[in-house]
Amino acid sequence: MKSDIILRVVAKILIPFALMFALYVQFHGDFGPGGGFQAGVIVAAAVVFYGVIFGLAAARRAVPEPLVESMVAAGVLVYAGVGVAGLLLGGNYLDYFVLDHDPVHGQHRGIFWVEVGVAITVSGVMLKIFYLFAGRGRGFEEDDGP
Amino acid sequence: MTLLGHFTYWATVFLMMTGLHVVISRGNLVKKLVGLGIFQTSVYLLYIGPGKLVGGTAPIVGPGIATYSNPLPHVLILTAIVVGVATLAVGLALVVRIREAYGTIEEDELLAADAEDD
Amino acid sequence: MTETLAIAALLAMLAVVAVAIARMRNLFGVVVLSGAYSFLMATVLTAFDAADVAMTEAAVGAGISTVLLLGALHLAGSLEAKPASRPWAPLVLAGFTGMLVVYGTYGLPAFSDPQSPIHRHVAPRYLEEGLKETGVPNIVTAVLASYRGYDTLGETTVVFTAGIGVIALLRRRRKGGGAKP
Repeated sequence: MKSDIILRVVAKILIPFALMFALYVQFHGDFGPGGGFQAGVIVAAAVVFYGVIFGLAAARRAVPEPLVESMVAAGVLVYAGVGVAGLLLGGNYLDYFVLDHDPVHGQHRGIFWVEVGVAITVSGVMLKIFYLFAGRGRGFEEDDGP
Repeated sequence: MTLLGHFTYWATVFLMMTGLHVVISRGNLVKKLVGLGIFQTSVYLLYIGPGKLVGGTAPIVGPGIATYSNPLPHVLILTAIVVGVATLAVGLALVVRIREAYGTIEEDELLAADAEDD
Repeated sequence: MTETLAIAALLAMLAVVAVAIARMRNLFGVVVLSGAYSFLMATVLTAFDAADVAMTEAAVGAGISTVLLLGALHLAGSLEAKPASRPWAPLVLAGFTGMLVVYGTYGLPAFSDPQSPIHRHVAPRYLEEGLKETGVPNIVTAVLASYRGYDTLGETTVVFTAGIGVIALLRRRRKGGGAKP
């Protein structure tokens, strides 16, 4: 599909907007519909779109496999880390009100980081699954790691 | 119950039974997974339907709005949707491996191949 | 009144698409129809005031699910499901179970009843106190990330586990083949 000029031009125009919309959905999820899950899925869908139009190799150059694999785990770590931060600062696990000088600001901070963690994991998992499905049928010689 | 209430529940049950029928009667593994997806989405409808209040809005607090639809089912179903796609992904990975190992994804051929091995 | 008609029309379209998915044998068409089904479901959910859920269903069901199913079809190779020999047992079973469930739905509260139990225990507290306690106007996000934060941690772990499961199943170790047992 690389040779079709309409698809290439439309993809190059749409993908930045899709990524920007994903960021908007992530950070505006407090005030409107949205949040971590939707944003993660939209990011994965934008990169999948890029991979479908320009080829899997181009997508793997743009978003490399080690980055995606670390994103899968990093999101859960961030989420669990917010809980541990609550423990270290004097409350129970996943207490948000101790995270800042004021309980409501602490809730804001906790919700923000928790949603970021969720978005990272969801986008990493969806993208990694796409890479695995799309890269399987052709006898790729590159190993996925140890 | 109003007519809309009846119709909503019946439509939900009809979708649920269509999904169930696809799962138990079709032999192709990918089709079974799609039928399972239909079943799951009908269950979302079953949860969110009772939470709706006619004349209310989405549960985003704003000035000047009196009634909101119930936010609790929305939270549960958000989790359910994401878990559903995760199970679909694992199921499809299994289908791909089955295809590579047996050469087919039709259920009766798989059972016959397994019966021969025993 | 128009809202009622819109919801009824959308539900009827959903039923038609579901029956079409059940009867179609070309799996590529089945996958495309399932994407259309997800979009219709997202519209119905919007009509039910579930904005977050509709966005997630549209993105996940019509976006990621369709891509995964197409990828699996490309790898599994077969494009046609065999014709079933029309045994009547699954239809009878589904019909009987459906009648049982419809009988059960008569125990559910009336549609859009503000006095039903679902609206009287915890939900009014979340709606009234949520903005004051968490500072977040979107009550669904507040409940998801703060009041029921443990559930969301479990869900993120489930997604992580599914990713690891797919990696374990589909990772290639040698050129030209997966790890044979």
